[in-house]
Amino acid sequence: MQKALNINADKCTGCLQCEVACSFEHTGTFNPSKSRIKVFKFHDEGRFVPYTCTQCAEAWCLQACPVEAISYDAETGAKVVADSACVGCKVCTIACPFGTVNYVPDTGKVAKCDLCGGDPKCATACPTDAITYVDASMTGLEKMRAWAAKTDAGLQAEA
Amino acid sequence: MSWTRKLLRVNLSTGTCTAEDLNMEWAQKYLGSRGLATKYFIEETDPKVDPLSPDNKLIMSTGPLTGTCASTAGRYTVVTKGALTGAIACSNSGGFFGNELKNAGWDMIIFEGKAEKPVYLKLINEKAELVDASKYWGKSCWDTEEGLKADLQDPQARVASIGVSGEQGVKYACIVNDMDRAAGRSGVGTVMGSKNLKAVVLRGTRGVRVDDPIAFMDATNAGKAVLAENPVTGQGLPTYGTQVLMNVINEMGAMPTRNFRDVQFEGAANISGEKMHEVRADGTKNLVTNAACYGCTIACQRVSTVERTHYTVKDRPQYQGASGGLEYEAAWSLGSECGVDDIEALTFANFICNEQGYDPISFGATVGAAMELFEMGVLTLEHTGGIELKFGNAKALTDCAELVGKAEGFGAELGLGSARLCEKYGHPELSMSVKKQEFPAYDARGIQGMGLTYATSNRGACHLRSYTVSSEVLGIPEKTDPLATDGKAGLVMAFQDATAAVDSSGLCIFTTFAWSLEDIAPQVNAACEGDWTVESLLECGERIWNMERQYNLAAGFTGKDDTLPKRLLKDAAKTGPAKGKVSGLDKMLPEYYEIRGWDANGVPKAETLNRLGLS
Repeated sequence: MQKALNINADKCTGCLQCEVACSFEHTGTFNPSKSRIKVFKFHDEGRFVPYTCTQCAEAWCLQACPVEAISYDAETGAKVVADSACVGCKVCTIACPFGTVNYVPDTGKVAKCDLCGGDPKCATACPTDAITYVDASMTGLEKMRAWAAKTDAGLQAEA
Repeated sequence: MSWTRKLLRVNLSTGTCTAEDLNMEWAQKYLGSRGLATKYFIEETDPKVDPLSPDNKLIMSTGPLTGTCASTAGRYTVVTKGALTGAIACSNSGGFFGNELKNAGWDMIIFEGKAEKPVYLKLINEKAELVDASKYWGKSCWDTEEGLKADLQDPQARVASIGVSGEQGVKYACIVNDMDRAAGRSGVGTVMGSKNLKAVVLRGTRGVRVDDPIAFMDATNAGKAVLAENPVTGQGLPTYGTQVLMNVINEMGAMPTRNFRDVQFEGAANISGEKMHEVRADGTKNLVTNAACYGCTIACQRVSTVERTHYTVKDRPQYQGASGGLEYEAAWSLGSECGVDDIEALTFANFICNEQGYDPISFGATVGAAMELFEMGVLTLEHTGGIELKFGNAKALTDCAELVGKAEGFGAELGLGSARLCEKYGHPELSMSVKKQEFPAYDARGIQGMGLTYATSNRGACHLRSYTVSSEVLGIPEKTDPLATDGKAGLVMAFQDATAAVDSSGLCIFTTFAWSLEDIAPQVNAACEGDWTVESLLECGERIWNMERQYNLAAGFTGKDDTLPKRLLKDAAKTGPAKGKVSGLDKMLPEYYEIRGWDANGVPKAETLNRLGLS
């Protein structure tokens, strides 16, 4: 069964533990500037929104790469950049509609979310369950449960 | 590791920025942040220096855990000689500035001298540059932060800046970062202004390393689990913020009201954390959400709006968005201390404090003192420029807030702080302060340990040097009777020492609602070289406390300054559980000196200094 990152911005406090965990997993240092998941703060609205790669089924980055450096991990569903093959041409960063694959000047390669090989550290680190790692075919499960609970409460109130 | 082992020295007089190696011998003795920066400060400055002279220095310092994945590990400290107090000042702030400084590769920045014209420091990793800030001089903290990010074309930059109040010498100006986090107390922003330093803008991409990553992940994960399971850090603080205390403290009769004339506020429920959750007529709430500083798994911060129809914002769209909401101390100082129970007015005044960069505790308490002077007829409409400065007048409070923000007219008078204001008008006894710094939100008659805390605090009256409220009110780590003086000397000393260690690590003191040093020591030990245990941290804290004390004595303070205003020592509480009580400071202070290893005048004995390696 494939799993997917499921992001609920309502629960995010903007603490950046996800960015810290991501950077530590991929660089061995605590360095939010190297994180592949980013939390955006909308100050005047009081909103925090984590954002990362959705692992498109027909991934534009993968299609655009001229050296086939981006491959599909059949087990996790992640589109994974092979550093050994990436030439840093950045075409994938242009192809991605969401901006979630980015060039890293320090390495001369691009970096994107690889789901940490099936154990995404951002989800583990999130203290509020704003980021969870769930059944890829049921990312709507929590929303459905919430609505079901409301419906159930409504029916009980009527009865 | 986890020090970067580098400090940046910025000489504002000559315009030079120089990298230096961190003194690692000192780091092993004073840890970081508050402790290590104070050591540098004391070694490099004359204790008699005028706080606003170019010879005063100002240090921004991270701790060894700052920028790591430990919960709350984003703190930094500003150390200087305080403009408000003339004592050692160390003001601590969260947000995202500290971790960015560490990520840029620096443990601390030492500012010295004075720039000829306004400048800001641009620090991008190892590249430091002083830049002309004339276009930001006269601007608020909010405009400065937004402007600098736009100039750099980098929305991910972090900014700490002063507002007009800091430029114009308001004695309790802050240094504000991330729009609504602040190194708030003692006038550290005033010192920054006196140096013509408007802001620091940072970007750090180098990464923070720890000594033993595997042990560090284990220790920090264990710590996070403790915070999540604790009722205060896991539920109370995320839900209500520090405002969880408003109704609790009021009921126990320890809520200073109308310049400490009363100890209970009839309007407390209207300005409480619960009130912030109430749905307004238009369907919105004061509280939009809670929020976190860097790495914090507690998330106590309030994000609020002012009701759009409220007189303070209805024609001013720039104040209709969400911003930092009321913490307990601000809700108290702006609220019950001034007798105002209009939570929208308090929220607005708090916005102005953040926007214009000054401390809401000292501001509210100064307005409270001024209201008493006004009601006595000492201050008149002529002095106030027509403001009816009566207790309970919300409009007077918000008008004063805007005036202090500009340091204009009566705002400049209020910018003196309560001690200088009351002295000027012939009633020094009405300033509710110690070492010229205003009290926070706990009455020393109803919570006896806090009286000793205030009297002996090295930075003037302050709750964050030894928060015995934890024990006396919340029962953490064990319950003590708030009305008793017995045992409080030992309690205060234990809290003071532990707090100095926590402050110096780069962690937030709020973790200690759930964590003891037993939880913290393994995190510090895994992150840092050296052998860090509960015992070594406590000794480090005691060393820092005594070092700060030595500085204040050299600066001219004596044991006579370890006291409280007459009102708390002579005028009994009128209502509530503490009715009939005054502060028992006279019973606690001699015992405190004794267990500190100080003589009867409050001077550390030679053997105490020898034991701590301070002689």
